[in-house]
Amino acid sequence: MKYVIAVIRPDRLEAVKTELEAEEVHLMTVTEVLGCGRQKGVTEVYRGVKEVSNLLRKIKLEIAVNDIFLERTVNAIVRGAREGEIGDGKIFILDLKECVRIRTGETGGEAIG
Amino acid sequence: MINYSDTVWMLIATALVMVMTPTLAFFYGGLVRKKNILSVLMQTMTILAVISLQWILFGYSLAFGPDRWGLIGGLEYVGLSGVGMTPIEGQTIPHQLFMMFQMMFAVITPALIIGAYAERIKFSGFVLFTVLWTTLIYDPMAHWVWAKNGWLADLGALDFAGGTVIHITAGMSALVMALMLGRRTGIETGRAPHNLPFAVLGAGFLWFGWFGFNAGSALTAGPLTVSAFLNTNTAAAAAAVTWMVLDKIFNKIPTVLGAITGLVGGLVAITPAAGYVTPMASIAIGAGGSIFGFIFVTKVKPAFGYDDSLDVFGVHGICGIFGALATGLFATKAINAAGSDGLFYGNPKQLAVQALTVAVAMVFSTVGTFVLFKIVDLVTGLRVNEKDEYMGLDLSQHHESGYTLID
Repeated sequence: MKYVIAVIRPDRLEAVKTELEAEEVHLMTVTEVLGCGRQKGVTEVYRGVKEVSNLLRKIKLEIAVNDIFLERTVNAIVRGAREGEIGDGKIFILDLKECVRIRTGETGGEAIG
Repeated sequence: MINYSDTVWMLIATALVMVMTPTLAFFYGGLVRKKNILSVLMQTMTILAVISLQWILFGYSLAFGPDRWGLIGGLEYVGLSGVGMTPIEGQTIPHQLFMMFQMMFAVITPALIIGAYAERIKFSGFVLFTVLWTTLIYDPMAHWVWAKNGWLADLGALDFAGGTVIHITAGMSALVMALMLGRRTGIETGRAPHNLPFAVLGAGFLWFGWFGFNAGSALTAGPLTVSAFLNTNTAAAAAAVTWMVLDKIFNKIPTVLGAITGLVGGLVAITPAAGYVTPMASIAIGAGGSIFGFIFVTKVKPAFGYDDSLDVFGVHGICGIFGALATGLFATKAINAAGSDGLFYGNPKQLAVQALTVAVAMVFSTVGTFVLFKIVDLVTGLRVNEKDEYMGLDLSQHHESGYTLID
């Protein structure tokens, strides 16, 4: 089992979701986050005072998958999120030790899907 | 002769109508996505400031200056020259007060159109469009219907507080803007209002401000004022209830957004009729406005697919047309001796005059807005680029954010 964390552009979320649906990956957790990478930040001006922030609004996706689903999940995210420019985001893949479905008490691979 | 009771009331009414513009900001602001809230608030505040100046510099003169051929006011009142404290003929309030009361109408009318182009317009293009639109479409239209010797006024058109001049012109122009700008990007996947409580606050205070708008249009404090006040309240109430019932029937449950959309539609519908009809007629007018608004907002717009973001055409255009025609049905001299009888009181001619006025307003504002769109699009451009639209107008047009994620 793997735990996939992807940080993407907010406006690519729908495209990524569509790609994931097509690969039959339906379960995910989505959060609005701030992040900085190599992309330049935004400059805001309040009463003439500039506030430069390198933190940009991003979307964090978290998806737990069985190993056989890993490749197509990652590919789907890349297809949906890529614009080919700095700021497209990153995908992190972690080993997942255990997973429990609270309703039934199932564990492991069965609980994920 | 100046009457001080009338003057006090009209000062209050003017302030009430002024408040409608920042109020409209929150009505619209709550309905957009959160990345665009500031842009909508900024647009309304800009209109309040810019048109206040336009009006005293030359707008008032074009609309209410001495008539030229029934078509436009002369330049005699430019820079408020000759606009002093002496009341104009037939009025009992200082001329400057009448001018200010009308100023607030000139301000809110272009502000209504914001709802159609929200979330995708360039700020520079917006400013240029607003100034041109108010000068070349609103000012002549106000002259035709309201000024002494305006050609539609001379035909006997009844428009108590601006159903035709304000709501039909703004509604039709909104439709043109929505069609020509095209659909917003990203709305297929999420267009839910980001702050409905703001929208409810806005709708509630629009109802409040509308007392100044309609009852103030009596230009005096007296029985006619009370009549318009009561009709305004009644129509809003009837319209809110009607929309809730329609929601219950067609969507299974009454919604907050439905109730406030309905009440605004009712206020629009009663606007031209407020000082000419009975309270019972205002129930019919409010309910009728709500029904037509409901059809256009929930059925016609989805069927045609135009993106009138916040339903300016569906609410202001359609309810304005309905209200103007309904005035030709329900008007009675028993309420306002200076008005006229409508079809239901044995005067079918009034309905014909109303229909002609509606048609003129629709054609003039549609064609005019089309031409202005083309001109402004060439000069400054009107639509922001795709990236700016995705990022949101708050950041891209104003370098500010409405909300922070972390402190």
